[in-house]
Amino acid sequence: MPHVLKPLLALAVLALLSPAARAERLLLSNEKDNTVTVVDAASLKIVQSVPVGARPRGLILSKDGKSVYICTSDADHIEVLDLATLKVTANLPSGADPETFAISPDGNTLYVANENDNSITVVDVPGARVIGAVPTGVEPEGMAVSPDGKLLINTSETTSMVHFINPETRKMIGGVLVGQRPRYAAFTPDGKQVWVSSEVAGSVAVIDVATRKIVSTIRFQIPGVPRETVQAVGINITADGKTAFVALGPANRVAVVDVASGAVEKYLLVGQRVWHMAFSQDGSRLYTANGVSNDMSVIDVAARKVLKSVPVGQEPWGVVDVP
Amino acid sequence: MRSADDRRRMGWGARRLVPALMLAAALTPAGAFAQANGPQTNAAAASGPVEITYLALDAPRPRPSTELTPPPKDLGLAGARLALADDATTGRFTGQEFKLDEAVGADAAAVTAAFKARLAAGTRNFVTDLPAPLLLTLADLPEAQGATLIDATSTDDALRGADCRRNVLHMLPSRAMFADALMQYLVVKNWRHIMLVQGKDPADALYAAAIRHAAKKFQVSIVADKPWSFNAAAQQADTGHFQVNTEVSNLTQGISYDVLVVADEADNFGDQLGYRSFLPRPVAGTQGLTPSAWSPMFDEMGSRQLQLRFLALAKRMMTDRDYGAWLAVRAFGEAATRTASADPAAMATFLHGTDFTVAGYKGPPFSIRPWDGQLRQPVLLADDRSLVSISPQPGFLHQFYETDTLGTDKPETTCHMS
Repeated sequence: MPHVLKPLLALAVLALLSPAARAERLLLSNEKDNTVTVVDAASLKIVQSVPVGARPRGLILSKDGKSVYICTSDADHIEVLDLATLKVTANLPSGADPETFAISPDGNTLYVANENDNSITVVDVPGARVIGAVPTGVEPEGMAVSPDGKLLINTSETTSMVHFINPETRKMIGGVLVGQRPRYAAFTPDGKQVWVSSEVAGSVAVIDVATRKIVSTIRFQIPGVPRETVQAVGINITADGKTAFVALGPANRVAVVDVASGAVEKYLLVGQRVWHMAFSQDGSRLYTANGVSNDMSVIDVAARKVLKSVPVGQEPWGVVDVP
Repeated sequence: MRSADDRRRMGWGARRLVPALMLAAALTPAGAFAQANGPQTNAAAASGPVEITYLALDAPRPRPSTELTPPPKDLGLAGARLALADDATTGRFTGQEFKLDEAVGADAAAVTAAFKARLAAGTRNFVTDLPAPLLLTLADLPEAQGATLIDATSTDDALRGADCRRNVLHMLPSRAMFADALMQYLVVKNWRHIMLVQGKDPADALYAAAIRHAAKKFQVSIVADKPWSFNAAAQQADTGHFQVNTEVSNLTQGISYDVLVVADEADNFGDQLGYRSFLPRPVAGTQGLTPSAWSPMFDEMGSRQLQLRFLALAKRMMTDRDYGAWLAVRAFGEAATRTASADPAAMATFLHGTDFTVAGYKGPPFSIRPWDGQLRQPVLLADDRSLVSISPQPGFLHQFYETDTLGTDKPETTCHMS
C-alpha cells in the first residue's frame, strides 16, 4: 500500500469507530442462512455478516437510529441489533412466526404480522412486552402505520384483504378486497393514499384512505416477460410523493410509477426475485434485496438506472438503510 | 387415483419436515379462526350462506403390497375442511357465511341418491371425489345442468377431453400435464432416452399412454416399453427381495437408457425398481422422481403456510387429493367473495370467466382453461425427500400462459362442449 494512503486509512478506521461520524450502511436480512449482511453504502463493500435468529425477514430502524429490529420468523421473536456493536443485544416478544411489522411514529410500539395464526401482535418496545393482539385474516403480511400514527394497515394474503385498524382501540374499522395475495402496504407521504401490492394478481391497488375505496389498480406489462412471473411485492414511494418503485418479484424488475397518474414509466432490470427495498437517507439511491440471485441491486433514483449488484447472504429478503 | 402415492408420501418421506412444522403448528392457538371479529365491510352482499357439498365415494381402494401404514380416513376431505376455514375467515370480513356439507357414500347408488337429494334441496356447488364414470353419470343428470361440479381428485385425461362436461371443472393436473412436466425436465437434463415399465392396472395404461404422448411431443426416445408381469407381492415374502432384484435386473438388462420411467399408480411394484436395475439409472414417473400437484417436500412460494395450516388441522402432511379438495373449496370461496354473492349461477359464471384466479402457493395465479375446464398450474417434481424441480421448465415458452405448455393445449383439445 502506498504510504500516502495510510493516513487516509487511519481516518477511515477512526470514522468507523466514532458513532457520530459513522458512514451510512445497509442491513439485509438473509432468510436462508440466518444472518444480517452489513454493507457500507459508500464503498458497497460488506462490512460484516451478523449471525441472528432463524429466518430473518422484516427489518425496521428504531426511531433513535441506534438499533434495528429484526423479525426472526422461525425463532418466534424480534431481535434487537445494536448498530454500534453489530450484535443482537435483546429480544422482543412477537407472537408466533413474525414476518413483517410496522412501527408507531413515536417509536414505542411495534405492530407485528403473525403469519401462521391470523393475528397482529402489538408490542410495547420500552417494556419489551406484548400489550395486545388484533385478530385478522388468513396469513397476515403487509403492515403500515399512517404518517400521523392514527391508522394501522394490515394485508392478509389468503383473505386478499386490506384491513383498516384503529391502533388506539386495536379494533378493525374497515376492509377492502384487493387482488390475490396482498403482501405490502405503503402510505403516500401525505397519508391520503395507501398503496397495496398483490403478489399473485401482479398488481398494485391504490386506495383512498378517507373513503377506503380503490381509486385505481396499476398493472404491469413487461415486453418479453410472461405475465405469470410479474408478482408485485415491495413498494417504496419517494419523500416528495411523486414516484413509486414497485418490486416485481420473479419478473426481476422494479417498476417506476408516476404516483399522480399511476402510469408505469420504466422497468429497471435488477437481480432475481426482488423482494423489498430501501431508500438511502438522502433519497438518491434505492437498494433492493434480490432473493434468488442472493444480491442487492443499487438504483440511481434520479437517473432511474441500476448502478451495481452487491453479493450478500442466502436469500436476502429485507433491506434497511441506517444513517 | 394417486391415493397410494399419497399414502406413500405421508409415510417416511414426510417425516423430516414434520418436527419443524409440528413445532410451529403447536404455537398456533387452537380456534384462531374463531377469534376473527372484523366488521362486515360488505354486509349487503351476501344473501344467505354459501353452501358447498363435498361429494365422495368411499370406495375400498386396493392396498399396495408394500404398504405398512394404513391410509388416513380423511384424504381429500381434510383439504376441503381447511379451505372452508380459509373461506370462512375471509367471510367474516366480507359478511359472507360458508357451509361445507360432507356427503360420503359407500357405493355409487348412495352417492347418486345424496347428489339428487342436494340438488332437490337447491344446492348447486359440489366438490367431487369420484371415479370418472360416476362423475359423468352425475354430471349428465338433467337436474344437474345448473350445478357446478368441481372435480378435486381425478387426473383422468378423458374427463378433460372427449368426456368433458360444461358443468365440471378439474383442480388436479391431468396425467398429460404430469407426463409433460416430467418430459420437460428430462429434456432440460438432456436425458433423452427412457425405458418405460407399465403395471397391470387400467390406470397404469393411461399413465403410460400419457408418458408415450409426452415423450413424442418433447422428442424423448422410448428405447424400451415393457409390461411388469412379476408378482407384486414377492417383496413381501422373506428373502423375496432377492427374487425382485433378479427380476428387475433381467427386465432391464441389455437396454441402454438414461431413466427408467414407471407407470404404477397403485404403488404395486414401482418402489421396487430403484437400485435394482442392470445399469445404475434413476427411476421416475409414479415412483422415484414423481410429477405431482403437491409434495410434503415443497416449502417455496409461501406454501409453507399452507403446509402448516394443514398439518395443524389434519395432524399429517398434505397430499395431492387434499390439495385438490382445498383448491376446489377455495375456488368456490373466491367466486363468492369476488362476486359478493351467494348465488350459484353468478358464482359459476365467474368460475368459468377470465377474471377467476385462485392462489395455489405455486407462484403464478391459477385460472381455468376455457377449452377443457382444467385449472392451470405448475407441476412439482419431487421424490420422497426433496423437491427436485417445478415445471414448466425455464425456456418452454407459450404465447399466453407458460403453464399451458403442460397438458392439452387449445389447438389439440378433443373437448367440444356444446
